[in-house]
Amino acid sequence: MAILGAIHPVLTAGLSDREDGWRLAEYEARGGYAALRRILSERIPAEKIIAEIKSSGLRGRGGAGFPTGLKWSFMPRGMDGDKYIICNTDEGEPGTFKDRDLLCHNPHAVIEGMLIGAYAVGANRGYNYIHGEIFALYRRFEDALAEARAAGLLGRNILGTDFSFELFAHHGYGAYICGEETALLESIEGKKGQPRFKPPFPASFGLYGKPTTINNTETFASIPFILNMGGEAYLKLGSPNNGGTKLFSVSGHVERPGNYEVPLGTPFAALLELCGGVRGGRRLKAVIPGGSSSPVLPAEIIMDCALDYDSISKAGSMLGSGAVIVMDETVCMVKALARLSFFYHEESCGQCAPCREGTGWLFDVLARIEAGDGRMEDVETLARVAGNIGGRTICALGDAAAMPVQSFLTHFREEFLYHIAHKTCLVPREVQWAGSGFHCADAGQQRAGRQG
Amino acid sequence: MLEIEIDGRKTSVREGSTVMDAAQQMNVYIPHFCYHKKLSVAANCRMCLVEVEKAPKPIPACATPVTNGMRVFTHSPLALAAQKSVLEFLLINHPLDCPVCDQGGECLLQDIAVGYGEDSGRCREKKREVAPKEAGALISMREMSRCIHCSRCVRFGQEIAGVMELGMTGRGRHAEITTFLGQSVDSELSGNMIDLCPVGALTSKPFRYTARCWELARRQTISPHDSAGANLVAQVKDGKVLRMLPRENEAVNECWITDKDRFSYPALSSPERLARPMLKQGGVWREALWSEALDYVAHGLKSITAEAGGDAAAALAAPHSTTEELFLLKKIFSRLGSRNVDCRLRQQDFSLDGQRAGASWLGMTLSELRHVDSALIAGSFLRKDHPLMAQRLRHAVQKHGAQISVLSVAADDLRIPLFARETVAPSRLVFALAAVLKAVLEEKAIAPQDQEGLAAVTVSGAARKMAESLLKGENAVILLGQAAEQSADFGVMHRLSARLAEASGARLGFLGAAANSVGAELLGFGGEANTDSRQMLVTPRRAYVLFGVEPELDAYDPRLALRALRSANMVALFTSFRHEAAMEYADALLPLAPFTETSGTLINAEGRIQRFSGVAPPLGDARPGWKILSALGSLLGFADCNFEDSAAVWRAAGIVSRGDAPEFAAGLDNGLRAAPVVLRKRASEERGLERVADVPIYFTDPIARRSAPLRQTADAAPPAARMAGATLARLGLQAEDAVRVRQGDGELAGEANLRAVLDARVPEGCVLISAGHAASASLGGMFDPVFVERA
Repeated sequence: MAILGAIHPVLTAGLSDREDGWRLAEYEARGGYAALRRILSERIPAEKIIAEIKSSGLRGRGGAGFPTGLKWSFMPRGMDGDKYIICNTDEGEPGTFKDRDLLCHNPHAVIEGMLIGAYAVGANRGYNYIHGEIFALYRRFEDALAEARAAGLLGRNILGTDFSFELFAHHGYGAYICGEETALLESIEGKKGQPRFKPPFPASFGLYGKPTTINNTETFASIPFILNMGGEAYLKLGSPNNGGTKLFSVSGHVERPGNYEVPLGTPFAALLELCGGVRGGRRLKAVIPGGSSSPVLPAEIIMDCALDYDSISKAGSMLGSGAVIVMDETVCMVKALARLSFFYHEESCGQCAPCREGTGWLFDVLARIEAGDGRMEDVETLARVAGNIGGRTICALGDAAAMPVQSFLTHFREEFLYHIAHKTCLVPREVQWAGSGFHCADAGQQRAGRQG
Repeated sequence: MLEIEIDGRKTSVREGSTVMDAAQQMNVYIPHFCYHKKLSVAANCRMCLVEVEKAPKPIPACATPVTNGMRVFTHSPLALAAQKSVLEFLLINHPLDCPVCDQGGECLLQDIAVGYGEDSGRCREKKREVAPKEAGALISMREMSRCIHCSRCVRFGQEIAGVMELGMTGRGRHAEITTFLGQSVDSELSGNMIDLCPVGALTSKPFRYTARCWELARRQTISPHDSAGANLVAQVKDGKVLRMLPRENEAVNECWITDKDRFSYPALSSPERLARPMLKQGGVWREALWSEALDYVAHGLKSITAEAGGDAAAALAAPHSTTEELFLLKKIFSRLGSRNVDCRLRQQDFSLDGQRAGASWLGMTLSELRHVDSALIAGSFLRKDHPLMAQRLRHAVQKHGAQISVLSVAADDLRIPLFARETVAPSRLVFALAAVLKAVLEEKAIAPQDQEGLAAVTVSGAARKMAESLLKGENAVILLGQAAEQSADFGVMHRLSARLAEASGARLGFLGAAANSVGAELLGFGGEANTDSRQMLVTPRRAYVLFGVEPELDAYDPRLALRALRSANMVALFTSFRHEAAMEYADALLPLAPFTETSGTLINAEGRIQRFSGVAPPLGDARPGWKILSALGSLLGFADCNFEDSAAVWRAAGIVSRGDAPEFAAGLDNGLRAAPVVLRKRASEERGLERVADVPIYFTDPIARRSAPLRQTADAAPPAARMAGATLARLGLQAEDAVRVRQGDGELAGEANLRAVLDARVPEGCVLISAGHAASASLGGMFDPVFVERA
């Protein structure tokens, strides 16, 4: 069971370790598809559903935190022709691994959420775009779709009503950029995954040029639960304007890394405690609270933060996708940033100039500093280049690449200066090795042997 | 209309305009690379970032729609900082090899770097290196490290040329523009990508390293290579044309030209050029003085016509000759008492000569092609014969869903999504057209009155679809192409099309055979008073004047032409090139200045009168055609044939302009004198197969034929015997077999050894063997029966 702990669980409530806990029968036993059945039998108007979602304060779980009900209300109603609803399971942000557990253990919650979404926005077709590196879960989702189709929950005249909806699984090939919603659309259309310039937004010109709504997997999975418990109740689970619970993927230097479901507004300290605290009782150094693209926060700031969109934002970072990357005192921040910059440099789609050229430039400079060839003006260069990328690109990947650089430099500038001046890390290599877990005395010798 | 303020100045723009549109309307310059007015918006270079009031971030002008009351600042600190930072990014991986770069001096990146760049770079990292690509004979992709990934070339392929031949692979810094694996760039419009490339990544292979752009004089001229009459800029150094570029004319060629327009020029300075008059005496060729050569021709014409009457002399002229040249030629011949002048060498059916109400033309302006909503194109290799018109029709389909239907003799890929298509053997083309007419008449419940034979025509599903589309179209057109003009049933097809146009409310147009076909017709060529080219060859004349033509390549039936020329007493060839084949049958070669070395007027398919001057001095002793003919006229004693300059010739030619639009000629009319349509059943074609012939794009005229770079393109592959699989099987042949192809019998028998090629585009029972090429010049008529057997 990959959900390691929870406080007031909603999405993961009742999930068991059993091999077939994901199956339709089990989901229905947990109360699944009740919301859909009620909507269809009572012919609840779409406006009412959207109002309910709005009142729940549900905000997109993919990273941007856009209010879901508001997004659904953008879809043009009373327009003929195809409309699409798309689930974004292209979970590529370093540190994020919640959606794959949802697909693994509760795929029918996603299907039901998409069905309700389709009903609410008037879509007749849906796709779940699944990250290429979790292919086994693409299969799992296909199996779940087959179950739903066999049970008359998908296809024409669902549950004997005039509501019809086709849902397909579609797997990508692991490009980070395809998690950007318009690149995802391009990818489904069979083209190279490159973001589109917006406007027009997908709600007016989406997949194949048709109105399209795109939401994150966790967002969809939350929908049935919200409608079952009522928007108000869901909102109350969390903090004001930050309704409900959220899955947090905690990775890095904690005793028990994994997925945790806690209400929004839970203090970071409580989550850390749920994970068993910092590994080996070491001192917390910094936390990236919302996936690799959100700004890093040093220990003293994050320890005072509550985990919701507004508090984290006030502290100078973003809740993002809820990927909490915990770093203890053995981490060299230069090395950490160099690794992050490598990721963005590799994953930039290459379409627009600032990101294509800038991410490479950032990585080159950081790799040079890390290798001991840094120059004093490099710190300025990094800040300037990151500033020149941010806000000037077609999609948010440019900002995602820039923000870590800017925040690392803000909070850990002296480590960079030390690294340049001394051509080595402020955190001694033995300390880093000790902290990594892979370089215990034994492993260190092995590594030395390999290099020799 | 929307109000917008840019840099403090107000204007109003149309709904849907972008900030860039508004800025251009106001003459405000916003730097850009990826934006191009003819291409879709990509917004990927980010150079056009500007500040907009209330927007927190700078936004790209090219992609941002104007909203009412918008206030834009193109040079505010925020905008300038954004623009400068983007330029810095673009330069960090751009090799600063301007001194050895072909684009140097005409490079957008260079220009903008002067305006927005720092005096030295701040990036100390290694620059990216990109492996060179091979893209064929015309475009060089050696220095792809210079590419700034603006994707103009990619979008051009997708949107204008209709064929994606370049694409971007790889991500991030590894992104590269490249061809598809192992493929070259073969589009007939590919050269435009060189113009579009804002840097020196795509450069012209023939032009590379021959000159710097600032050494070249820019002189305006008009393309003689197809019926569109593209406007050109010839770039000249030391009297030699070193490059051809498009001259923007929205009404004619927009900002595009075909590769034929662009890359034919190397022929103009090739060693094959004829620099001196030559005479054959006693079977031996020798160079001669102009006076000798003209004396010889004048004497020959005079004595032969004196002896055997005017009908013994005939003139065959190239339909891309200038109006002035054609006028003088016709005048001299009429003074000699001869009606034998024609420039329609590829035509075989002249039954409508004297029946036409005016000169055959496009039926609309070129720019109107963009706005048609339904078009029926009959008998045309549209994409290769008329690339610029095909481009406009492609636009009509892409932008407002026009329905294009095609009736053709080979299912060539137009790179246009077609509404309906029917591919038939040439002998069936007229019936396929009749079927559309019948469907229209049925649809409108009009009883076919005098359309003899229409009852027997069966209406196919495709014909019905085409008919419905024509009827539904508010701006519909029927366009006849060269294969229709060259068909044995051209007259009937013209009549059927005229009926069809009348019944469906569509317009009728002719795509046009060559650059001055309309001009020739306005001068009276092909009128009642003149003999047609076929008669001149079927009944050999004693003297021939060949003006810019190479009959064994340019005539409908080369064997017929050669027989006539070989039996003549005198053949005088006005030519720009030493034409080896002519050395056998000609007696005099007169060096004719090509279009770059003469002045004159061409009248294109839409009837546009386009006058041009020479851009380079004539090579050697070559002289402009009007001058030679003027001198010849004087020698013959015709005082009214002597002119001081080409403008005087033009005035004498008496072409009338349209009163309301003087840039167009008057007298254009595709109507016919009333007469019944007679659909005749063709004699059984059991004797062998039917030949289908196109004239490959780079073999249409003597200049294009001799261009070394064009000869290396895929379109210049030598002709083969192309057949459908069923035809091959019926003959017991396999693809790539060597075959002997025969046409005609008796003294007109001709044969060629070719390669059999499997080509599913060719209708069954037909063999496509291209004309206009030496390898097929030994064969007979373009659409005549043909026998194919294993060699």
